[in-house]
Order: sequence, then C-alpha cells, then structure tokens
Amino acid sequence: MTATGIGAPVRRKEDQRFVTGQGRYVDDFNRPGQAHAYFLRSPHAHAAIRSIDTGPAMIMPGVIAVFTGDDLAADKIGGLICGWMIHSKDGSPMKAGPHPALAQGKVRYVGDHVAVVIAETLAQAKDAAEAIVVHYDVLPAVVDTAQAAKASVQVHDVSPDNTVFNWHLGNKDETEAAFARAKHVTKIDLVNNRLVPNPIEPRAAVGEYDLGTDNYTLYTTSQNPHVARLVLSAFIGVAPEHKLRVIAPDVGGGFGSKIFIYAEETVCVWAAKKVKRPVKWTSDRSEAFLSDAHGRDHVTHAEMATDENGKIIGLRVHTTANLGAYLSTFSSSVPTYLYAPLLSGQYDIPAIYCEVDAVYTNTAPVDAYRGAGRPEATFVVERLVEKTARELRQDPAEFRRRNYITQFPHATPVIMTYDTGDYAASLDKALEIADYKNFQQRKQESARRGKLRGIGFSSYIEACGIAPSQAVGSLGAGVGLWESAEVRVNPTGSVEVLTGSHSHGQGHETTFAQLVSDRLGISIDQVSIVHGDTDKVQFGMGTYGSRSGAVGMSAIAKAIDKVIAKGKKVAAHVLEASEGDIEFKDGRFGVAGTDRSMAFGEIALQAYIAHKFSGQDLEPGLKEGAFYDPTNFTFPAGVHICEVEIDPDTGVTKIERWTAVDDFGVIINPMIVEGQVHGGIAQGVGQALLEGAVYDQSGQLITASFNDYCMPRAIDLPAFQVGMTVTPCPSNPLGIKGCGEAGAIAAPPAVINAITDALGHEDIAMPATPQAVWRAAQKARMPMAAE
Amino acid sequence: MYAFEYHRPTSVKEAAGLAGQAEDTKFLAGGHTLLPTMKLRLAGPANLIDLGQIAELRGIERSGDTITIGAMMKHAEVANSAEVKQAIPALAEMAELIGDPHVRNRGTIGGSVANNDPSADYPAACLALNATIITNQRKIAADDFFQGIFTTALQEGEIITQVSFKVPSQAAYTKFRNPASRYALVGVFVAKHADGVRVAVTGAGSNGVFRLPEMEKALSGNFAAEAIDGIAVATDEMNSDIHADAAYRAHLVGVMARRAVQAAAARG
Ligand SMILES: Cc1cc2nc3c(=O)[nH]c(=O)nc-3n(C[C@H](O)[C@H](O)[C@H](O)COP(=O)(O)OP(=O)(O)OC[C@H]3O[C@@H](n4cnc5c(N)ncnc54)[C@H](O)[C@@H]3O)c2cc1C
Repeated sequence: MTATGIGAPVRRKEDQRFVTGQGRYVDDFNRPGQAHAYFLRSPHAHAAIRSIDTGPAMIMPGVIAVFTGDDLAADKIGGLICGWMIHSKDGSPMKAGPHPALAQGKVRYVGDHVAVVIAETLAQAKDAAEAIVVHYDVLPAVVDTAQAAKASVQVHDVSPDNTVFNWHLGNKDETEAAFARAKHVTKIDLVNNRLVPNPIEPRAAVGEYDLGTDNYTLYTTSQNPHVARLVLSAFIGVAPEHKLRVIAPDVGGGFGSKIFIYAEETVCVWAAKKVKRPVKWTSDRSEAFLSDAHGRDHVTHAEMATDENGKIIGLRVHTTANLGAYLSTFSSSVPTYLYAPLLSGQYDIPAIYCEVDAVYTNTAPVDAYRGAGRPEATFVVERLVEKTARELRQDPAEFRRRNYITQFPHATPVIMTYDTGDYAASLDKALEIADYKNFQQRKQESARRGKLRGIGFSSYIEACGIAPSQAVGSLGAGVGLWESAEVRVNPTGSVEVLTGSHSHGQGHETTFAQLVSDRLGISIDQVSIVHGDTDKVQFGMGTYGSRSGAVGMSAIAKAIDKVIAKGKKVAAHVLEASEGDIEFKDGRFGVAGTDRSMAFGEIALQAYIAHKFSGQDLEPGLKEGAFYDPTNFTFPAGVHICEVEIDPDTGVTKIERWTAVDDFGVIINPMIVEGQVHGGIAQGVGQALLEGAVYDQSGQLITASFNDYCMPRAIDLPAFQVGMTVTPCPSNPLGIKGCGEAGAIAAPPAVINAITDALGHEDIAMPATPQAVWRAAQKARMPMAAE
Repeated sequence: MYAFEYHRPTSVKEAAGLAGQAEDTKFLAGGHTLLPTMKLRLAGPANLIDLGQIAELRGIERSGDTITIGAMMKHAEVANSAEVKQAIPALAEMAELIGDPHVRNRGTIGGSVANNDPSADYPAACLALNATIITNQRKIAADDFFQGIFTTALQEGEIITQVSFKVPSQAAYTKFRNPASRYALVGVFVAKHADGVRVAVTGAGSNGVFRLPEMEKALSGNFAAEAIDGIAVATDEMNSDIHADAAYRAHLVGVMARRAVQAAAARG
C-alpha cells in the first residue's frame, strides 16, 4: 500500500475547492447572451386547461419568448420517459400515461409545468409569468396512496383505476403452504413516509445552441450526464446524440433526485435553439420542494410465519407504492426490482411472496431516493423481525442470529443470490460496541428519571451496483448497467482517468485516484479524475445505487491492467528483455532476477517518444480503456443498533447511542466511508423522526418549505460508533461492495424498533415526531388500550 | 422580488417623514421576516425604509427596575448583553433561543415585536415582563400592544424606538421548538414581580400570544410548579397544524409552564 493507496484515510482532494467556494456548479456558468427561463407552474393538483393566453406576457419588458406544450408538440418534442418496463401479473405492460415537458390539456400535480417564459432577466421572466392567463377547470384530486385505486378521480386516461401495474415476485404456493403450517404468524401494517430529497444545490440547467456548428450544449445538475444525453436525444428528440454535449460539473448532492431527466433541462436545450440564445434555469427551493422527484411513499401490510423452533418459514408482503402524477425516469423499478428482491434480508426464509400495486396520484412524481426500494424493504423486514421476536418473547438479537443465512452463495426465493457475508460477525461486534449487556441497567436508570429508554436493531442487507446488464435487461431495464473508464498516461507519467461515474459528494476525485496510486505506484497528486462531460468521457452510466466503487472503479482497474500490460511491452523493448521477464512492482518495470528497472513515468515517456521500438511492432502511446460489466449485484450488510430515550411528557425522542457495524467489503478510504455512513444515518434518522412530505386532500403540498419540512440537524444526532467487518466481494476485482446508501437503509427500522421497545407497543408511524410519540406514550400508559 | 425604492434615513424623524410622504412603504429592520416574504413575492412594498443607520434605535440601558432596549438591537446583542444577563437572565436566554446564529445576528427586537408572529419568542417576554413598547409617537403597554396574529397597536408609519421591560425577581422562559422551523411550538415565559406573577404563552394560541390568569393567580399565591399541577389549559383557542394539534399544544403549555416555574424558582 502506498501512503495514498487503497485503505489509506486520505483527505479529500476536492474539498479544498469546495470549502473555499471555488466549486463550479451549473448556476456558476453564465454564457454570453444568456437569457433566463422561468416556469409557470400549476397551482392546482388536478385541472383541465381550457386555455392559455400568453399574449399579455409576450409584451412585458424583457420578454424574449413564451412557450407552452403546443410549441413543444409542434416541434415534435417527445414526452419524458420511464426507462424500466414492468409487467403486471397478467403479463400486461405497465400503464404509462403521457408525460409532456409542458402540460398538454391537463395538469396533474401542484408544480406541474404549464408554460415557460424566457426573458432577459429572471425577474422579468417572473413578472411575465404572472401575466399569463390560464383558464383551469379544477378537478378533484386524489392524493392518498392507499385509496388511489378506489378513487373516482382518474389521473390518466390509460389507467381507469389509477393503477400503473400489479406486480409480484416470489413463490406464492410455497408461501401459502408455509403460513398454513406456521406455529405463529406476526402481522404488521406500515407506512413508508414520502420524502423530499433536498440536495443542498437545487437543480439547474443551461441550454446552449451553436448556430454555426448546429451543436447543442447542456450544463445540468446530473448524476449521469450520458444517460441524460441518450434520453434527450433518442427518446425526447431535442437534438441528435452526436450533436448534444452534456456537462454535469460540480454537483452539490443528488441522493437520486438528479438521476432523472426532467422537464426543465429538456425545455432549456430546446428553447436555446428557438430563441438562439443560451437559456438558463435555476430552481429555487420552493420549486425544488414541488418538482424534484420525491422518494418512498409505500403503504404495506406484511406477515411473517415462524415454526415451533422460532425459525422464520415464510414472509408475505403487499405494498401499494405511490408513483405520483407521472412515471419519472426510473420510478417503476424502485418499488419492484429494487424492493422485493431485498425482502429476504439477512435471513434464511424459504418462502417469500410479494405483491406490489403501483398507483398514480395528483402528487409530485416519486422515484429513487438514497437507498431506492431497499430502505422500504429493510423497514418491512426489520420491523417485522423485531415484532416477531417480541411476540415470541425472544431476544431480538438472538432471534436474528438464529435466522441468519450462514452458507454462501445463498439463493433467496426473490431472485437474489447473495455471494458472501458474515452476519453474525457484524452482530457480535455491534452488540459489543453498543454495550448491549448493560442495556437493562441503563433502562432502569432512565426510568428513575421518568424517561422511557429503548433499544432497536436493524440487521440490514442491500444490493448495490445493480448488474449485470443481461440480468437487468431481462427484468425490464432499458439500459445496460456496466461502467466505462479510460486511463490516459501522459509522457510525464501523470495520469488522467476518464470515468463514466459521476461524483456529487462521494469523493471520487480522491478514492479513484487512490486506486490509481495503489496500482501504478504514483502519488495521487499525479492523478486527475475527469468526469461529467460527454465530450470528454465517451460513455458512462453514472452514479447511483452505490455503484461507483464496485462498478466504476472496477472499470478503472481493468483499464489500469491494460496500461500495465502495454507498459510491459514498452519496458521489454527499452530494457532489452523479453516481455515475459518484465515485472511491474511498486511503480517500477523491472527485469526479473536483475536489478535493471525503470520507473512508471520513465516507461510512459518511452511509450510516447517511441525511439526504442518500431511502430510496426508496437503502437506508440499509453492509453487504455475498459468497459466493466459485473457478474452480480454486491451485498453490503451490517447491523445498526439505536438506543433512544423518550421524554413521555413532551414526546421528544433523543438518540442516546448509535452503533453501526457494516461490511462494505474492501474499503478504499475509511474516512470517506465513515462519512458516507454518517450521512446515510442522518438521512435515515431524518426519515424516522423528522421528515415527511404532507399533501392536503386538495393536493397542496403543506410541507413546501423548511418551515414545515424538517431536515435533520447535527443536534438531532448522537456521536456515531462506527465499526467495520470485511468479507471481500467476490464479484468484482477490487472486492468492493459499496457504502453510499447503507446508513439510510439501516437507520429507520433501528430508530422505530428502539422507540417501540421504549413504548412497549408497536403503534407508531414515521416520522415519529414529538406529537406522535407523546400520543403513543399516552397509549403506553394505558396498558389495556394498546391491544 | 418586485422592484422597490430603497431609503436609508439616519434619524427616526427622517424615517417617519419618509413614511409619511412615500406611497406603500415598509420599514426594514433585520429583514429576516420581511425579505423572505418579498422574495416569495408575497409582499411588494414600493418603498423600503431601512432603519439600520439610525443610532437612536440602538443601545441597552438599565434604570431602576427597568431595562430598555433599542428597537434595532439584534437578538445576539440582547443574548450577550451584560446588563440584560444581570438584570433579567431569562430574557437573555430567550434571545439565545431564537432561530440560529444567522437569525440572531440579523433579526431585531423591534422587528420581532412589530411583526407579532404568533410563534415568535419576544411577545411572550413582553407580556410576562410587563413591557412598554415605545414608539416615535407614544408608549403602549404590552398588554394592549399585541392584538392577534401579525396584528399590533402600531399605526401606519409608526416606528418602535425602544422596548422597556420590568425587572422581575424571578423569571424563566421555556421553549418547545417547532422541529422544522425552530420557532416556538409552545413557549412559556414566567416572571415573578412585586405585584404578582405573569405567565405568557406564545406559539400555542390561535390568536397569538396570551396570558394564563388562572396560573398567574395560583403562582402568585405559591411560586412553585405544584401550584399549577391541576390547572388544565383549554384547547379551544389553541393552534392546530401538522406539527401539533390543539390537545398536544394545550398539554405542552402545562409542561412548559411547570418547567419554567421550576427554572425560575431555582434561580432564587
Ligand atoms: C430561519 C429563521 C428562524 C427564525 N426563528 C425564530 C425564532 O425561533 N423565534 C423568533 O421569535 N423569531 C424567529 N425568527 C424571526 C426573527 O427572529 C426576526 O425577529 C424577525 O424576522 C423580525 O425581525 P427583523 O429585524 O428581521 O424584522 P424585519 O423582517 O426587517 O421586519 C419585520 C416587520 O416589522 C416591521 N418593523 C421592523 N422594525 C420595526 C420598527 N422598529 N418599528 C416598526 N416596524 C418595524 C417591518 O416593517 C416588517 O413589517 C426567525 C427567522 C428566520 C428567518
């Protein structure tokens, strides 16, 4: 290991730029002649548009153009797409309603795009938007997830019962049989609350059109610029792929919400050509609340069957998933293939059957948000396992241990094959760190002060790096899920790595450079990571699903191997030895059994000078590319333990202790991994205690600002005790599993299990706000009422 | 934000003059309430009169049993003032509980009192500390000043210059924060004066800040938490929103009042 190699807690290279305010985000780009776009949004959750009169806006000062859905239609600009086809149980394809970038005839949620004004300044665009006269026929709205399929309101013509699909996974007959012979059945009803992603940088786009070359450029806040280009060109049709350059520069957080291809960037590129001016749009926070794709929003009934030995023998789950008013880019995959396959958790459950009904409502579209499906699955499994252990009067840790999978590979009834893991090792370590054996003492001490103390476990598993492409293709994915890399060695021996992954907070400029440093024996200062520009990086799938380590870095490793192989050829000529005798070690190419060797940089120079070999025998230069398609998902897993103390007088829940023991496989940078764990837990605690998007019955978003939508703050969190166990991942060359979402997946059930433990009953929903906990504590004081 | 004319007077007189002449004016203090509403285009005054350069609106002064604070004093200045901490530590602590450091270093006492947000902290302090709101035209007792949410006794163009508080023998403020906004979901200010105890509640009431006579009476007889144990707080005038319904708010008023009395009594 070099000082900056794999496993070193190197400080993040990019942070110098970020903390000194030198980051370049989309809104920092101002193009010559730039005009500003402002979107007129629907104030109604559901309405037919009788007419739009843009005339009064057109004559306002500074106005360049006002466009509506008719203009997009006239230019044959297609609608936004959903890139994952899900089939219902009966084989029929999901019912995808139209999703125009600007409304055509109807608006379906508050914040839906009605028209766009392009003006010299943003203030002028806003003034003009107020002058547009829209006649709406307001329709009743449907917002409630559980009621959507029964509602008389119809969101899309294609779906009379507001149902997108009725999908299922697992072995139904075996599951029914398991429940028939069960000794005990535990039932639970759960709501996985809707969340607003809230990255610190709101979405933004600058579209530009070059009259001379007919080239388009889009600067956009994207986690996956190549996918954005593909969708904008091949499906929406705003520009041919080879004529469209998409740049996603520094991006200030995404959490999934910047994977998707939205109306605003579509309109900015298209309008740039219409008005022959660069067109910029930057979301304000209010728009972000209304129009960024939200996350979660499931209503679930689940049952767990156990036998006389306390062994889990079956699990059945019914979930209704709210997808909002339109199908966002990957929305359909989240409550299906990113959800149900995780329902086996860390447990050996022979029979699992899951049904998912996805519904339309008059709310913002719902799509992947940190964890995407896996937090929802983990919440079901871990709440149910905890409740089962309680009903069987077993220690929740030991109940889990008894049911852990211990033999690998392990095929679950829900299409996953877990490759490796040691769940008991994480549990043991977590119990130790959490000082579980003295918990009862702490509980009594709390009780003496009139407080309720509880402890909650979450023994989670997730699946990262969704892959391989053939497999996801067979499940309905519209794209492959590999990653690409190009390693360009300069004559001076410094290296540029072009990657299809995209960093928006993850620290790739550091961790990816660490891999190069480790493999090539050069300092990370000699390495630049290039990403986020379709003109530089040939193609890539982007960053989400904790895939950049396992998939993105594996592609880099593969390209590095090719660079070393080529370097050996060069070295063989320069060192006058046969290629088979050349070894590469500690950054030097040497001849085996001799002291003759040359540094990596010297060989790089020789590769470009090309004096020592014939160009007919060996191509000059040192640059290699690779595409890496994994053989399986990766399966990070671990145990989180949350300990809370509740003040029954106020309902305030204080997290007293947090233990996280995670198995992420091989770790590149423990400091960055720990940071990802902290951030993930904070988000999970946010979901469990604080956050929740609330619409009223008319479809107005009540939690439309930070005044009402509660984000986690440092003061809401304890000091985390983080531990690691390592079982290297066998399905990629680096042994990496991924760590970006684990905390957000593990945390919610740990918190709620701790609260329900403290309360002595199960009746509390997320977010467990002080008001909700106070009420639940009242109920706990009336012992009989709880039943 | 809509366009507006910006004025920066250097005296109260000049400010009042501007307000008298210009159309559709608003005073600007810390801007922490006014500017967000302007940015959201919910307010669009034609003329903004910035009170930030007026020296007369600054300062903190103790004389006898009153502490007088200039309208443009920021929450952080009140929180850190040696005079305030010495005379009415509960008031300094209240100021320290407002918002976050940004808010405390911009928001002013005058702006907060003039705005009378039903969840703001200062209105409770004003009622409990029997404050007098001093304007460029008159003196108004706090009991007469707050007239319902976002409504006060201030006339068009009237400027708060100072707020003066009676120094109590014992006082404390307990605040239950709205988890999201950190304004008061329920805030209770309890103060023991020579002529009796005052209990003022902010955040909870559907009609803004209010006093609790029943608790005041009980505490005037016996300044101890037990004295108010049995006193139920009526739910009918309580606010109700997604964070707290009326029953929870009413309950919290009792809890916060008892805790405030405990804290005040502990002050000795
Ligand atoms: C994020 C955030 C959190 C906050 N949290 C809290 C909290 O926890 N508790 C709390 O109490 N407050 C809170 N506030 C409000 C803040 O404390 C300010 O007190 C409040 O914004 C008003 O003061 P200002 O100086 O900013 O007034 P401005 O916003 O400048 O003015 C408010 C109103 O008062 C009028 N006005 C101002 N000064 C005078 C004067 N001298 N005479 C007559 N009229 C005047 C203005 O014309 C305007 O109508 C918060 C604000 C923010 C932004």
